[in-house]
Amino acid sequence: MAKKVAFMQGNEAAAHGALYAGCNFFGGYPITPSTEVSEVLSIELPKVGGKFIQMEDEIGAMAACLGASLTGAKALTSTSGPGLSLKQELIGYGCIAEIPCVVFNVMRGGPSTGMPTGPSQSDVMCAKWGTHGDHATIALMPASVQECYDMVAEAFSLAEKYRMPVHVLPDEIIAHMRERIEFREPGEIEITPRKAPTVPPEQYKPYDTSFGDVPPLANFGSGYRYHVTGLNKMQDGFPTTKAEIVQAEEERQVRKVDACIDDIVTFEEYMLDDAEVVVVAYGSTSRSARYAVNAAREQGINAGMFRIKTFWPFPDKQIKALAAKVKGFIIPEMNLGMCSIELERCAQGKIPVLGIFRVDGEPINPEQIVEKIKEVK
Amino acid sequence: MAFDYEKYLRPGKLPHIWCPGCGHGIVMKGLIRAMDTLKLDMKNTAIVSGIGCASRLPGYIDCCTLHTAHGRAAAFATGVKMAKPEMNVILCGGDGDGTAIGGNHFIHACRRNIDMTYIIMNNYIYGMTGGQFSPCTPTGHKASTTPYGNPDPGFDIAKLAIGAGATFVARGTAFHANQIDKLIAEAIQHKGFSVVEILDDCPTTYGRRNKYKSVIEMMNRLKEVAVPVKAAEKMTAEQLKGKVLTGVLYKDDTKSDYTTEYAKVIERAQAK
Amino acid sequence: MSRYELRFSGAGGQGLITAGIIMAKAASIYEGKQAVQSQSYGPEARGGASKSEVIISDGPIDYPKVTQCDALLAMTQEAANKYSHDLKEGGVLLIDSDLVTNIPAGNFKTVAFPIINTAKNDVGREIVANIVALGAMVALTGQVSRENAEKAVLSSVPEAFIELNKTAFSMGFEKALAASA
Repeated sequence: MAKKVAFMQGNEAAAHGALYAGCNFFGGYPITPSTEVSEVLSIELPKVGGKFIQMEDEIGAMAACLGASLTGAKALTSTSGPGLSLKQELIGYGCIAEIPCVVFNVMRGGPSTGMPTGPSQSDVMCAKWGTHGDHATIALMPASVQECYDMVAEAFSLAEKYRMPVHVLPDEIIAHMRERIEFREPGEIEITPRKAPTVPPEQYKPYDTSFGDVPPLANFGSGYRYHVTGLNKMQDGFPTTKAEIVQAEEERQVRKVDACIDDIVTFEEYMLDDAEVVVVAYGSTSRSARYAVNAAREQGINAGMFRIKTFWPFPDKQIKALAAKVKGFIIPEMNLGMCSIELERCAQGKIPVLGIFRVDGEPINPEQIVEKIKEVK
Repeated sequence: MAFDYEKYLRPGKLPHIWCPGCGHGIVMKGLIRAMDTLKLDMKNTAIVSGIGCASRLPGYIDCCTLHTAHGRAAAFATGVKMAKPEMNVILCGGDGDGTAIGGNHFIHACRRNIDMTYIIMNNYIYGMTGGQFSPCTPTGHKASTTPYGNPDPGFDIAKLAIGAGATFVARGTAFHANQIDKLIAEAIQHKGFSVVEILDDCPTTYGRRNKYKSVIEMMNRLKEVAVPVKAAEKMTAEQLKGKVLTGVLYKDDTKSDYTTEYAKVIERAQAK
Repeated sequence: MSRYELRFSGAGGQGLITAGIIMAKAASIYEGKQAVQSQSYGPEARGGASKSEVIISDGPIDYPKVTQCDALLAMTQEAANKYSHDLKEGGVLLIDSDLVTNIPAGNFKTVAFPIINTAKNDVGREIVANIVALGAMVALTGQVSRENAEKAVLSSVPEAFIELNKTAFSMGFEKALAASA
């Protein structure tokens, strides 16, 4: 049978990717330019018996998702810049209490209200460091409408696998543009279920590290009674200030992702084999970069592109390896140099990192990148 | 035979964190008796709280307990109840948590009339942080941040809840301990959003700043100001001055609750 | 490469974003090509400037925005002034002859007919002016076949308005051919 295809926006595709992954709870608050996600799910979720709720604010939306997730629901929220700022309080809660959920954040101009309908890539650091305290972060960067669908579906699996909130960070261009997408067949994208407890309720501890760095999570209402708190906690979920326990638990919560970085990080290499200048790009900017690489090649320049698909954890290993063999990095981004900092860190001064930074609400056009490629040459 | 509270408590979690003379323990015992009266299935019961002294209550009770972030209990609980409507969901917390930082979630939970019970322990102060004034601190009273007397008018939690759309609103006091379980039990049984405000005392951070010489004096004040709604009907405005009504203040059984309404949304969506 | 770039520009509320979407849908779903549609708009739901861009190609499309426009629809004078400068040499400009009276000069072919009035007077409903314009753009650009474009129109409008839109599309298609002859 032919696959179901459709012509739709990134936001709409994200909603369908969520449904593919079994999302059955959405808590949100209207905000441009991400509202289409909630509009689609308000139609589709009740059809499959799922729940859609529009909360009183962004914080409430995040709270509702975490509460729902604790009962076993696969919860999604969608938002944009100012909403991401508000959600940070409870993204931190999701990190310390280790509650899976997916945050789909469409990047628009900022700070504050900024440019609600203008594209941006300036939330990448907010996704990583927006909530206070040490914590692991996973953030995926779709560069097409199909990837909005696929990455949201994958984000649900990552959220369950690592028991934490996972970000999907399209920029406004990707979220609002329309392309043809294929709806995935069952099994085409791996859907990881929640790791359920294997011990009886009386032996269950919600942070029992004898089961590894990601302990099984029992669902509220399934017979397991336990405590969840935003305080530093012991393995049984109750608060503690004991130095050695707090230290060990904090380290585990970061290690659970760090130790699996090779399983998590995804990227795309384009014409890198003989590349001397590498454009590192992500999201819609990578599409300008690909165009520019092709144009540079036509002019006899050995350019290539490394596309970041998983922004967090950052692909350090791959970038460091590239830095050891090419002449320079070009980093076009719709912010004032956020990824650039990470590239500088990985390049360790070995090669120049040239940035093209735009925050004027206009996409970075391929010509700008071609000109910059020539500077390295 | 003495009531066996222990079967509802988590082993090894006592003593609790509350100061001697604090009324939160009285409220917790009232809640436990109410749960016992209703024979709530503890596996299927969630107690959700925010931050503050009163919000530590869930940790002691052996059911699904969720100690959330400051002010966010109602929003977390809404997620729990929406995702699993068959669960009994009880919220608890203090006046600052519920009416200041959590005020927005509180009024919207009332408006949705989502079937949960919210126990607000109102001791007129932020106790855990050392006694700053809350939206419920009476005008003129002293707190660590109102050294010259509180210029703010206070909230009437019950009126706020009724105005926002809660369909069951009751008030008790920590002094009237035997009434607490009955109010909470009736609230839990009510299908819709129910609010039980318990006037409470904080001798440590409120009492001593406001010239209460002892816990007993604070408790006596609760006794003196409380007037049951029935008795109030026969009293004049003059007699009611400075008094606070207790008992079931408001009840409306005609409004449908939120998860029932959402079940209809699902029906309509699936009929298409 | 076969990259072909279209821009539908005018005022908010003229249905230009929809016209762009249908053009791209015709190419990517019915014509078997690849297409990307994107847009920019102001905070107003009606009025203000509106722009919908469509890239059509035989292969994968990287940059989703217009670099050098092959075909431009301008439904206001402002849009004609603003966007005609990056029309490719030999490109095509379609304007509403009632609304764009100051015709931009350039090395491109200009086709003009009263688009909104065609919808209003000949089709009978002003609201389908965007479909009249779409029919014209399909005729002038040749990127999708008339049949496939029509399929895309019909799959995008409510059933009760199928005949109306069919008429609007044909009228636009024919008028554009006549005007460009």
